[in-house]
Amino acid sequence: MSGVLVITEQFRGAWRPISWEALAAGQQLASQLGTKAGAAVLGSGIGTLAQELAGKQLDRVYTVDHELLATYTADAFTAAAEQLVRQMQPEYVLFPHTYQVRDFAPKLAARFQQALVSDATALAVRGGRVLFTRQLFQGKLNADVSCGGPPPWFASVQAGAFRADQVRPGSAAIEAVPVSLDPALIRTRAEEPFREAQRAVDLSSAERIVSVGRGIREKENLGIVEELAQALDAELAASRPICDNGWLPMERQVGSSGQTVAPKLYVAVGISGAIQHLVGMKGARTIVAINKDANAPIFEIADYGIAGDLFEIVPALTEAVKKAKG
Amino acid sequence: MKILVAIKQVPARDSQLRVQSSGRWIEQQDVSFEINEPDAYALEAGLQLSEKAGGEVVVLCAGPAGAAQTIREALAKGAHRAIHIEQDDLGALDPLAAAQLLAAAVRTEAPDLILTGLQSDDAGYGQTGVVLAELLGLPHATIIMQAEQSGSGIRVKRELEDGWFQHIEMPLPALLTIQSGISRLRYATLMGIKKARTKEIRRVTASDLGVTPAPVLSIERIYAPEKSKQTQMLEGAAGEVAAKLVEKLKFEARVL
Ligand SMILES: Cc1cc2nc3c(=O)[nH]c(=O)nc-3n(C[C@H](O)[C@H](O)[C@H](O)COP(=O)(O)OP(=O)(O)OC[C@H]3O[C@@H](n4cnc5c(N)ncnc54)[C@H](O)[C@@H]3O)c2cc1C
Ligand SMILES: Nc1ncnc2c1ncn2[C@@H]1O[C@H](COP(=O)(O)O)[C@@H](O)[C@H]1O
Repeated sequence: MSGVLVITEQFRGAWRPISWEALAAGQQLASQLGTKAGAAVLGSGIGTLAQELAGKQLDRVYTVDHELLATYTADAFTAAAEQLVRQMQPEYVLFPHTYQVRDFAPKLAARFQQALVSDATALAVRGGRVLFTRQLFQGKLNADVSCGGPPPWFASVQAGAFRADQVRPGSAAIEAVPVSLDPALIRTRAEEPFREAQRAVDLSSAERIVSVGRGIREKENLGIVEELAQALDAELAASRPICDNGWLPMERQVGSSGQTVAPKLYVAVGISGAIQHLVGMKGARTIVAINKDANAPIFEIADYGIAGDLFEIVPALTEAVKKAKG
Repeated sequence: MKILVAIKQVPARDSQLRVQSSGRWIEQQDVSFEINEPDAYALEAGLQLSEKAGGEVVVLCAGPAGAAQTIREALAKGAHRAIHIEQDDLGALDPLAAAQLLAAAVRTEAPDLILTGLQSDDAGYGQTGVVLAELLGLPHATIIMQAEQSGSGIRVKRELEDGWFQHIEMPLPALLTIQSGISRLRYATLMGIKKARTKEIRRVTASDLGVTPAPVLSIERIYAPEKSKQTQMLEGAAGEVAAKLVEKLKFEARVL
């Protein structure tokens, strides 16, 4: 094949939903390039997953089924994906930008003297060349990036950048791709994944959330956001650094490594708007951002923005809410 | 144990960024610089491991002459010595090229463990460590929260998505990419700052190392992102904007 190969991801036999977003991106890229898209799934005992892929508009579905792929290791997945790519010879290889992809796709790309265009938010074909858009400086700027050197070219797509519901249905043949993997090549010993204590706070059902970030500066200052939360009858949440510091418990963290929330109202106080935070709260119906930096990325997704000092605005807002509720 | 920590100097978090006239990177004159945040945690992890196991912590940094400031700070915190690969225009390096450069310097050192940050705050590729491991033929693990020596190898706790974690064990030498916020960072002491002045910084260039970094990715253009929503920016004194916002939330968004 000379088109686009999407390498999907499953975890313990279930799809990572972002795989469908990568598939949508792959179909879009292939149609813009006037070529075909294929999709691959790697693992052990992945027949049902492949069946599901076969119901999409794809040139072909490739299964790479091997017992050494039952648990993820970077060494085995890189070796398997390398053999797949060498056999299929796609021009572009797309991934969903997951933790697992971060762990092995750069290694895979390096084997082809390539680098991964990581965490792409958009793609466009101009004059036969593909430009991928990705964020720089924690979302403050965007860059259009092109790939050089001989193909294959590698890119991963950011969560939420492409729409899973735009995957076009169709029907594709399934082809098993044989790979040879030697247990001796796996240098890491991976233990069973585990979860830490169950969350006591479920933010996903909260109607209103006031969320605080590093702009608050010190733990002692948290009182002013707590008061705002109380006045709004809202749950208190935070960006990751606040929880890392132990200022609020982990279970109040919103984002890719915390909870995903979709309240009616989300008030982001002193939060810059890094993508790992945004993916956890973009689904809120109304977003308010309070930040002293008028160029903070959080304003790109806010409905209402106040560019100013939170230490002045938050107490004033608490008062105004109390007054309105009277 | 000999531990090498790759640290990058990046624009300070609250910098106002201006795009260069070339349209391909930012103006460097207007910004102040600091250590890339996860790299500060990688350094901390390295210092803690070496305090337990003995040995040496060497920091490795590719960057312009001004990066010496960040290197000195790492030495003041307790790193034993440093290698500074003098390289201007980091914006032109992709992760493959950056790793080629770092790999050449690592080969002269043969460390037991290499630590990097999981991602740089400027380019944000999230790859340089993994590519470096591949170029050096080392096992690696990413997004590491904890690392401890175990027998002749290392056992680490890796962050997965959705609140999942995993322990992984691997032989040394190995490479780990460290997550931000996993421990408390130490401050440099006055004593440390004084000592840092006498510590060795080996300065080398790409050509000294015998490499010509060859990026395959190129940044064609950088620009301010477009808003995905029509944001209403509310202006005025604190009391005034607060009242306006409450009004909007009540009657327009109907969420109060
Ligand atoms: C693998 C991975 C997973 C991650 N998971 C998550 C996650 O689940 N959740 C998460 O939140 N992050 C996560 N992060 C971290 C994320 O990348 C950002 O570093 C983090 O979200 C930044 O938090 P912040 O916005 O509070 O801090 P900063 O980025 O430091 O922003 C602070 C903001 O406060 C503003 N400010 C400062 N002073 C004031 C003032 N007086 N008044 C008003 N505004 C002020 C500043 O302008 C700035 O915009 C993850 C990162 C990685 C690499
Ligand atoms: N120029 C550099 N000098 C030293 N270390 C670097 C450099 N560039 C990247 N790194 C390391 O690689 C990590 C990941 O960077 P990146 O792939 O750009 O996200 C950083 O956290 C650093 O530890």
